[in-house]
Amino acid sequence: MLQGFFQIAVTLIILVVIAPFFGRYMARVYLGEKTLLDPAMIPLERVIYILSGVRAKVNMTGWQYIRAVMFINIIAGGLVFALLKTQTFLPLNPTRLATPAWDTVFHTTISFLTNTDQQHYSGETTLSYLSQILGIGYMFFVSAATGLAVGIAFIRGLTGKPLGNFYVDLTLSVTRILLPISLVGAILLLASGVPETLLGPQIVTTLDGATQPIARGPVAHFEIIKQLGENGGGFFGQNSAHPFENPNPATNLLETIAMASIPAAFIFTYGVFIGNTKQAKLLFWMVFIIFVVLIGVSAVDEYQGNPLVNDLLDLDPDLQANLEGKETRFGWAQTALFTVTTTGTMCGAVNAMLDSLMPLGQLSALFNLFLQIIWGGQGTGTAYLFIYLILSVFVTGLMVGRTPEFLGRKIEKPEVVLASVVLLVHPLVILFPMAITLAFPDQLAGTGNPGFHGVTEVVYEYASAAANNGSGFAGLGNSEPAKTALWWNLSCLLPLILGRYLPIVAMLLLANNMAHKQPVPETVGTLRTDTVLFTIVTAGVIVILGVLTFFPVMALGPIAEAFQIARG
Amino acid sequence: MSIVRDFIRAIRITLILWVVTAVIYPAVILLVGQKFFPYQANGSLVQDLQGQVVGSALIGQPFTAERYFWSRPSSINYSTADPKNDKYHILRTGISGASNLAPSNPELLKQVQKRIDKLKQASVLPITADLVYTSGSGLDPHITPEAAMAQLNRVARIRGFSAEQINNLIIKHTRGRFLGIFGEPGVNVLNLNRDLDVAQAARE
Repeated sequence: MLQGFFQIAVTLIILVVIAPFFGRYMARVYLGEKTLLDPAMIPLERVIYILSGVRAKVNMTGWQYIRAVMFINIIAGGLVFALLKTQTFLPLNPTRLATPAWDTVFHTTISFLTNTDQQHYSGETTLSYLSQILGIGYMFFVSAATGLAVGIAFIRGLTGKPLGNFYVDLTLSVTRILLPISLVGAILLLASGVPETLLGPQIVTTLDGATQPIARGPVAHFEIIKQLGENGGGFFGQNSAHPFENPNPATNLLETIAMASIPAAFIFTYGVFIGNTKQAKLLFWMVFIIFVVLIGVSAVDEYQGNPLVNDLLDLDPDLQANLEGKETRFGWAQTALFTVTTTGTMCGAVNAMLDSLMPLGQLSALFNLFLQIIWGGQGTGTAYLFIYLILSVFVTGLMVGRTPEFLGRKIEKPEVVLASVVLLVHPLVILFPMAITLAFPDQLAGTGNPGFHGVTEVVYEYASAAANNGSGFAGLGNSEPAKTALWWNLSCLLPLILGRYLPIVAMLLLANNMAHKQPVPETVGTLRTDTVLFTIVTAGVIVILGVLTFFPVMALGPIAEAFQIARG
Repeated sequence: MSIVRDFIRAIRITLILWVVTAVIYPAVILLVGQKFFPYQANGSLVQDLQGQVVGSALIGQPFTAERYFWSRPSSINYSTADPKNDKYHILRTGISGASNLAPSNPELLKQVQKRIDKLKQASVLPITADLVYTSGSGLDPHITPEAAMAQLNRVARIRGFSAEQINNLIIKHTRGRFLGIFGEPGVNVLNLNRDLDVAQAARE
């Protein structure tokens, strides 16, 4: 058991060490300062700007920025939709796959466009290599870069700067962050065994004399940006549990660090922008502590194994971990770490099946989806964190009877309304569809497991869509040709779209408002937000808001299941 | 007018980034893979003595014969499809999959009990967790060293090897933790069984 916690601790230490450096690097990129990659990337960026007609120096207003985000998303969405819809006529389809059902195409396009990557299909049996490379692989970059750009525009506004130029931020996110790291990471994955080939499946006669098809494909380049961009949509149905996506503990370490690094480092990027690294450090450790608690709780529950199964077997306590849906090479420790990281960072890739996790692991994953800030999504996660800060300033301001101020600017009614919109969308688009679906368990839900766990499956699906995470409890009948697939494909669109674009619009408007406010001088009466006390209050606001909103659901799902198992 | 101009600009940048990230980048990685890592890039394929491809070192196989070490249980029929009756095109595409059974699901207990009975009958003892729970990918190439040890006597007896010989092979095919820290040790079942066949052929 100790060894398991040791490997978790070492991984976390690596994250803590690289986050500040990486965060400062990203800040330099978006501030337009000199970086190491300048000689290689400036010519590329110049070509991109010239060919696209973007004038790098022109700042956008809030609405212009929003319009640019929407344009890019609509165009990229249309492009990929057309690609998937015509799959059967296009080349690079060695397994002669048909075009997927229209609802699957629709859901998949929106799901990948919103950086969610919820998959109601299995990659190897549904998408051609061309669709994976030109469609899904492109969404990985665009949706991640959109998140980063919005996150940066938000912090620019909060600090009174112009919001910047979306096209420039989008380009820089690709050329300075996502693409260079992907190039290095993909080669590391290749060397460790992840395939990259255009050959179709290899049919073999096994030692035992059976016939086995071995699915493969251009996986390595796909895999790294899937992790790094908090995308999470697997090349194969079983995602990072599949040995070709994640063949050994070395690749698992790389994939874990890749998905955690940008959201964790982004807090430090914000610290540079607001000129207050102390604030960034406090927020980083606040999130880190919640993160560690969730990992610990999940890991212990997996390590102890399933008491119902343990009763059937006489196992060494060190060897009775719950391995249902897990891979031997990762075991309970790397699975718990990966699961909490992937649900916290909105990556959504999985290296084990979440449906078969013990109840506390399910609870931690759900908790992450509800809060959305245990690192949070690409760029937008840190923005959510600052929305919580603004609310905490407002709440504490009310308590002591002062006008709330944040980063030297007054927070007034429109800002609080926008912040509330950001936070209220989430429960609304989860709980309403969930209630409808649960009302028709046979016609709509199609749960893969009976009882309380079925409730968890349903709420998880909508929470994952709304948080733009994309992981799922795969027992659910949400893939064609299941009879509930149509409902799932369509009903998830609302949480996917509203959970992505409504907060983006509200954040950009909020940032725009703040950018145009007169700064108020700091006095002794100013409520300081970079203190331990204020950070604890913020943590309280976050946890209480999250828990109060979703407690009934958690009680009906994983908590009830935990009691059910404990009863025997 | 400016909206139209904006939209055209957005189309242009979308297409340029498409070429950079979805055409040039994958092409570079494909070239690097095929040029410098052809073995890994094409799926780490394993050959038998006759040079026939018998599988991938990274993908498990469901061994059922007594003379082989058995892999982890899988919830999918990933290599027992009938080439003459392949209704779901499994042989064309390959598949992966898991049980997705919840810990509270009675069906899980039923399946586990069935596997326990089977292992007891084959006197694979002591029974280990990885041999009663199905894997995440359905294609897990590894079993724990404990699970290999539990099957050692059976394989040794049937093949007429000494326990020590088999033990050496197990050790040879056990991959430890990465840097001694990360992940769990695992025995590669296909490589182990292939080596058993090689050793037996050499002896005969």
